Amino acid sequence: MTDLDLSFMLNGKPVRLHVRPDARLLDVLRYDCGCTGAKEGCGEGECGACTVLLDGLPVNSCLVPAFQVAGRSVETVEAVGPEVTGPLNRTGTAQCGACSPGIVVMTRWLREHPEVLQDATLRQFMSGNLCRCTGYDSVIAGVASVLDPKEATGGEGASA
Amino acid sequence: MGIGEDRPRVDGLDKLRGAAAYVDDLRVEGVLHGATVRTPAARGQITQIHFDPGIPWNEYVIVDHRDVPGKNHVASIETDQPALVETEFRHKHEPVLLLAHRSPAALRRGVQGVRVEYEPLPAVEDPLAGLTSDRIQHGPDNVFKRIDIRKGDVNAAFARAAHVIEGEYRTGAQEHAYIEPQGMLATSEPDGVVVLGSMQCPYYVLKSLCAALGRSEQEIRVIQTATGGAFGGKEDYPSVIAIHAALLALKAGAPVKIIYDRQEDMAATTKRHPSWVRHRTAIDEAGRLIGVESEVVMDAGAYVTLSPVVLSRGVLHALGPYACENVHIHGEARLTNSPPYGAFRGFGAPQTLFALERHMDAVARRLDLDPAEFRRRNLLRDGDRMATGQVYRDGVDLARLMDDALEHAAYAQRREEYRRFNASHPYLRRGIAQATFMHGAGFTGSGETMLASEVWVEGHADGTVEVLTANTEMGQGAFTVLAQVAADTLGLTNEQVKVAVPDTHRVPNSGPTVASRTTMVVGKLVERACLDLAATVDGAAGRSFCEKVRAWHQAHPGKRLVGRAKYKTPPEIHWDDATYQGDAYPCYAWATYVAAVEVDLRTYGVQVTDFVAFQEVGRVINPTLARGQIQGGVAQAIGWALLEDVVLKDGAMANTQFANYIIPTSNDLPPIRVFFEEQPTPYGPGGAKGIGELPMDGPAPAVINAVCDALQTSIHEIPLTPERLMQHLDGTDHD
Amino acid sequence: MKVLQPDNLADALQLLAEPDGAPVPIAGGTDLCVHWPARDLDNTRFLDLSRVAGLSRLTLTDNALEIGARTTYWDLICAADVAKAFPLLAQAARLVGAIQIQTRGTWAGNIANGSPAADGVLALMVCDASIVLQSVRETREAPLDGFFTGYKQSVRRPDELIVAIRLPRRAYTFEWLAKVGARRAQAISKVGVAMTRSENGWRVAANSVAPFVCRCRALEAALNAGRTFTSPQNVRSLLSADVAAITDLRSTAEYRERVLSRLIFYRLAELDRSSGHV
Repeated sequence: MTDLDLSFMLNGKPVRLHVRPDARLLDVLRYDCGCTGAKEGCGEGECGACTVLLDGLPVNSCLVPAFQVAGRSVETVEAVGPEVTGPLNRTGTAQCGACSPGIVVMTRWLREHPEVLQDATLRQFMSGNLCRCTGYDSVIAGVASVLDPKEATGGEGASA
Repeated sequence: MGIGEDRPRVDGLDKLRGAAAYVDDLRVEGVLHGATVRTPAARGQITQIHFDPGIPWNEYVIVDHRDVPGKNHVASIETDQPALVETEFRHKHEPVLLLAHRSPAALRRGVQGVRVEYEPLPAVEDPLAGLTSDRIQHGPDNVFKRIDIRKGDVNAAFARAAHVIEGEYRTGAQEHAYIEPQGMLATSEPDGVVVLGSMQCPYYVLKSLCAALGRSEQEIRVIQTATGGAFGGKEDYPSVIAIHAALLALKAGAPVKIIYDRQEDMAATTKRHPSWVRHRTAIDEAGRLIGVESEVVMDAGAYVTLSPVVLSRGVLHALGPYACENVHIHGEARLTNSPPYGAFRGFGAPQTLFALERHMDAVARRLDLDPAEFRRRNLLRDGDRMATGQVYRDGVDLARLMDDALEHAAYAQRREEYRRFNASHPYLRRGIAQATFMHGAGFTGSGETMLASEVWVEGHADGTVEVLTANTEMGQGAFTVLAQVAADTLGLTNEQVKVAVPDTHRVPNSGPTVASRTTMVVGKLVERACLDLAATVDGAAGRSFCEKVRAWHQAHPGKRLVGRAKYKTPPEIHWDDATYQGDAYPCYAWATYVAAVEVDLRTYGVQVTDFVAFQEVGRVINPTLARGQIQGGVAQAIGWALLEDVVLKDGAMANTQFANYIIPTSNDLPPIRVFFEEQPTPYGPGGAKGIGELPMDGPAPAVINAVCDALQTSIHEIPLTPERLMQHLDGTDHD
Repeated sequence: MKVLQPDNLADALQLLAEPDGAPVPIAGGTDLCVHWPARDLDNTRFLDLSRVAGLSRLTLTDNALEIGARTTYWDLICAADVAKAFPLLAQAARLVGAIQIQTRGTWAGNIANGSPAADGVLALMVCDASIVLQSVRETREAPLDGFFTGYKQSVRRPDELIVAIRLPRRAYTFEWLAKVGARRAQAISKVGVAMTRSENGWRVAANSVAPFVCRCRALEAALNAGRTFTSPQNVRSLLSADVAAITDLRSTAEYRERVLSRLIFYRLAELDRSSGHV
């Protein structure tokens, strides 16, 4: 198989690469671009650990063929700033961290599109990001606090 | 920040930014990809290995059992598990050959191009079924381990009982489903082999590599990379992959990376032991337990691995938090021709506590007693003896703990409300119920003594302090908690203390990161090592600790300043392995969990609508991390109870995709409400007990008890998938 | 592996018509790309639709809705007027996977993939959708009901591309869709049902209970005749004429058929109670 000549925008900068023609966007990011934030948790679009923004919409990069990325814009966790990661960190959103990059990208996108929550709850919104460590409470609290900085609680309960 | 303070975890921002380095993130020049060719059936003898002649095999590195320089086994409690199959195999997906190639695509073609031909042998599927002689593969009866716990006179108790109530309970296998699949990177260097990867126990990996490669500990270096979840699944299985990667690297003379994809990881690696428990309980007229006879069988899979210890913890928790004078618990870990079952958070206790807490509700129902009242009459009180004779002296008023939990869950009001709701709704039924239980922290019995863990704390020339242990961060917050313990002991700021990456060339063997021992046992050692360090610099110039350290280095150029601590068995802890009598664990964390559920009789689906997790944990070192551990464990256990079904074909998992093995999403769980109480233990830093596994023990029985409450029925098996609930209710008028 | 990337429909259709076997059309890739590295792609030719102009239409008129070949679930969710006019479509769209799937998965791809568990197809089926198929030879419109002829078999010829989906606008007096998966999101349907009622009569469709998403005609006829039901079993006996569920890795035949009949029964009972009549 001859290489695919691929040009696209990555985190606001143009990149041009020669990649395997049967590569997925996830492979290009991890092995050709040095953006190892997106993780391969399942390879089937279930876990969301590979979530990136493609032309401004969240997608599972394990399901995007590289040959469809030409000329498009890709944004990864590497470009998300402290206005998102800071509040998420304070509520304990990351434990093992394997699902975290996908969650961070979703949160960043939600912050820019809060209208999505008119028709969905936060738990519905995050349901495409599987986490095995947190039970989701700290994730939901983190995302809520990114949207509304006054909302920084970690879930109910206290020392009795 | 010290003990009790809510400092953000040390690795949080790196993980959120995608900057933490997991093994597959490492870029290594000239690396080859490695893969495994596996057996296609449950049991047999390999007759031939056929290589597709259309594949250019000279491009591949090929390793088989003949390439093992040392012992062809995966060192564990026993040495019955081969690193690579020679002829006889005992489960599907057992590793036969290893291949390496520069190209992942070529590697895949290579694996598909090998055909393992074999003579089948009769396989054992059901650990409870009778055995024919041609199915005996271990000892005289395929039993890897037997344990008996005896107390008093059960026969006499049953003879005088007012009621004798029996129940049989089953739990299914569970897949860890850590989001980062397993992987290892091995490099062969002139002075030895270096292995990096996702793991819980670097020294376990080291020991296995030494045995298989025939090398000394100095010649092998094992380093833990950022580990994306483990839950026990990376306790012993990483040794298998490490050996494989090392064998390939040695033969190739190049670095080799083996990364499992999700399907291979689910198919081939360890899972929670399926269990069967039969309880027979003798109750007196006052509703008190006077005799308990329990039989526990764990399905161990094809090789011994950790099953004896899983069985041990299982039987030691089988009577739970209850007092009873006459007890016989008999446990067996039995061989089946499945991939070996292994460690999974809780380690036998979730299985036996499911059976126990389901049985307690079933008994209460039979006696027409409120489940809380029945428990109140039987919970341990100060001075009571547990099944092994251990005196209950943790000082927690368990009945009051239970009542507080029920209060937080508005149990009484909801129960009333749900009765009315259930009577009037066409197809929804609501229920609320509890489980009361405990989890022993640290290794069982004499385990910690045998581990003889050691911890170092080093003071560097710049005044900073580094904690050196083999304990791994896998999401639970170990690095942060140990740093807090050191900071608290020495009066340091966050910036002045860090925890070393576990690298067997740098850190002592402080034991594995398992058994809820890291905070309590290792944390206590960190505290003692800090005190040892403090004592060494006590006379040095300077006011603050850091100043003293710097001054010490000035006075001793070129020397290392290290405080040390080695585990000492507390003199008051007595355990007899031969009789299974004594103090099974130095202390326990205690809990009552309350679950509210809604069952939809149209779909037989169960939703957990509220969950209260109320526990006594000694001391909360870091509130956010502690709460995170509880919530995560509760979520995993709810998954185990309702959603996670390991479907077996030829003894191995068939539904090896996240599409078919269902773990909860954020939309499947309610907020999990966590409450802590603190009754400090002398065995942990600041009084802290271990809590990593505790939250796995309670949710399954609490949730199923709640379903039973909602439907006024008795369910005995998990996972309670909708299909199984439908079958269970068939024949009953549930409309 | 070869990838053909035409930028216009005529070229795409030409490529599909080539005599040495039609390439596989790929739109969002959410089905085709699952476990991509494990697929043997050496001899596969893809027809990438992502650059073909004019395929992402979503046009709502007084009479009809037209969904283009590359229109995604998310496109429809975000089109407020369409979501309002066709609430079942919006609901079905939100039940597909999760957002990361909805932004890439297409309605046409859901049809072309032909899974018996298809969620998009389920909603389209009760809205009397028709499929516009185009080839170099002709353009034709085929009703979605009847489009599938067997498990992953359809009337689509290898040289035809689904270029649009058309739905008539109707005044529905009843619209309902329910999906039962193993969990509340990211779930393949174990059984799903959709029902509508308009002056054109009742439509009932189910997924995961037959080799393809199917209309439950016997039940429709009974509903059109004003029949009411006293138990889920009554509903089930009518369904048995049109469904034949199987047992697979996800669920059992008995569960699927039983739950389908129970969902319908209780929903109709609710309708009876709220309106006093059907």
